[in-house]
Amino acid sequence: MIKVTHISKVYATDSVETLALDDVSFEITAGEFVAIMGPSGSGKSTLMHILGALDVPSRGTYMLEGADVGSLDDDALADIRNRKIGFIFQSYNLLPRTSAVKNVMLPMYYAGIPKAKRYEKAAGLLGKVGLSDRMHHTGSQLSGGQQQRVAIARALAMDPAILLADEPTGNIASVQAEEIMSIFQDLNNAGHTIIMITHESDIAEHAGRIIYLKDGRIVRDGNCHRRRTVKTGVKS
Amino acid sequence: MEYSEIVTDALGNLTVNKMRTGLAVLGIIIGIGSVIALVSLGQGSQKAVTAQIQSLGSNLLTVVPSGGQSGGVRQAAGSGTNLTSADAEAILNSPAVTTVKNVSPEYTDRIQVTAGRNNTNTMVLGVTPQYLEVRKTELSSGTFITARDNEAQAKVAVLGPQAVTDLFGEGAAAVGQSVRINGQAMRVIGVTTSRGGSGFQNQDDRIYVPLSTAQKLLFGTNYVNQIAVEANSEDVMTQAQDEIGYLLLARHRLSDPSQADFFIMSQNDILNTASSVTGTFTALLSGIAAISLVVGGIGIMNIMLVTVTERTREIGLRKALGARKRHIITQFLLESVILTAVGGTFGIAFGIAVSYIIARVISMPFTIAVSSVALAIGVSGGIGIIFGWYPARLASNLQPIEALRYE
Repeated sequence: MIKVTHISKVYATDSVETLALDDVSFEITAGEFVAIMGPSGSGKSTLMHILGALDVPSRGTYMLEGADVGSLDDDALADIRNRKIGFIFQSYNLLPRTSAVKNVMLPMYYAGIPKAKRYEKAAGLLGKVGLSDRMHHTGSQLSGGQQQRVAIARALAMDPAILLADEPTGNIASVQAEEIMSIFQDLNNAGHTIIMITHESDIAEHAGRIIYLKDGRIVRDGNCHRRRTVKTGVKS
Repeated sequence: MEYSEIVTDALGNLTVNKMRTGLAVLGIIIGIGSVIALVSLGQGSQKAVTAQIQSLGSNLLTVVPSGGQSGGVRQAAGSGTNLTSADAEAILNSPAVTTVKNVSPEYTDRIQVTAGRNNTNTMVLGVTPQYLEVRKTELSSGTFITARDNEAQAKVAVLGPQAVTDLFGEGAAAVGQSVRINGQAMRVIGVTTSRGGSGFQNQDDRIYVPLSTAQKLLFGTNYVNQIAVEANSEDVMTQAQDEIGYLLLARHRLSDPSQADFFIMSQNDILNTASSVTGTFTALLSGIAAISLVVGGIGIMNIMLVTVTERTREIGLRKALGARKRHIITQFLLESVILTAVGGTFGIAFGIAVSYIIARVISMPFTIAVSSVALAIGVSGGIGIIFGWYPARLASNLQPIEALRYE
């Protein structure tokens, strides 16, 4: 589903050229749960931006479901982000002063889906992440874990091909982090492809495969041998 | 696209910072309001001037002498001494002039007038009975000057209502009393109706005496300084002007029109001059108001630029979730259009209120042109689009990662 071939990313600031990604190649097939690990400055955020069609590589090609993302214009990239990718950010990034359900409806609004359908779908997704009773709360009225669950529901709104999570538990207490991981594993078991960036190995171990990055290069790529599973299920 | 939703969103965003939104809107209110008020003021004064001039009769021609010579020094127009009552009679009776219905020779000057302990400086007009018809003047009481009064140089006077007020008090019965003009006691025989008008041409602040009385007893002259001519109809004004012109040239023994020692003006000439003056005045006022509108627009742009900077992260997020450029442009453009539309609406109300008050205070006809309101609505919407466009484009061109990283 995802095929990355020899991609590099160079940031040119004034006179200094920084090589953020250096000849990276890998493939991810549908249904995988992949963790991308690495110390800060290893290029994992850059990789995430490229995979999320937020940025394009300087060299190499990125194929997403058969489409060459590097050759698309702004609007086409916007559509890819809208329909094929669901983003989950470290800082949740919910719209301020906006209710949970409206946040979840937002990607569907940009896809031009009628309001009634949007509402129905958003309510269903919030139920799935255990927030049926918090639908009309705004971000500031929810805990970190609850906000992240709203963000997950929003990421799922357009039934995307992949979920891209950037340090999804970075700002969350460990108990709630477990809940988030449990949701991820449930989604993965239901067939969703998940790519998660993290620098914590115990979080990464919830994934089926771990890619280690260092200085913009892949240093290790393999299955997770001691995979953790969360059995507690979702608490609300 | 459900517009009610984006409008609700835009309103929500605008109410976050009420003070800032309010001040931006205030700029537009003042801009639109002043355009409406000043245009209305200009049109009102134009209407007043036009109505006043038209009330004097639209088939009226006025013959005045051009500047006289005094020891080689040319005097002001109208000060010459070369028109006589005989000229007026010739205009009326000459077979060469076929288009004239009536003629009123006049001698006018300002002079001090007293009545008992009151006195006033007013316009004294020496006139003939024809004045009433030619100048469309009516009496509210008493009688007007007759042909016999003129023959006898009678010491009688007809007062305008303002002169009555000044000399005898407001609403006093003046007929039968007497006034002193230049030391001569004159019996008041009539009072004219009020004709309005203001400033240097107040038609109510006047005293009429027989022409012969004015010439011989008051001012000591043989000339007239104005001949009012009533043409048969409005359509023959040009012909009448020509006929009178050639007749007077011949009577004054002048061979070509460039030497003419008189002017002939029609009411239309005066009307056109006055209209063009008030028109220029209106345009000038509107121009000044337009500047304040532009300043208001710049205020809107400033606010929108601040908003875009403040909401950089939100814009990045929206783009990450699949917003296209046009979604972002629409969102921000709508906010600025709402600002200017609200400002425009209140501005129209404000402008109408201000022009109503001004019209009341300086007692001028109150007019609001539909065109100026329509223009204000169009312009305020246009300002929203023009001044909102740059900030909206700036927002839509933000790179999603840059925007998401922005703190």
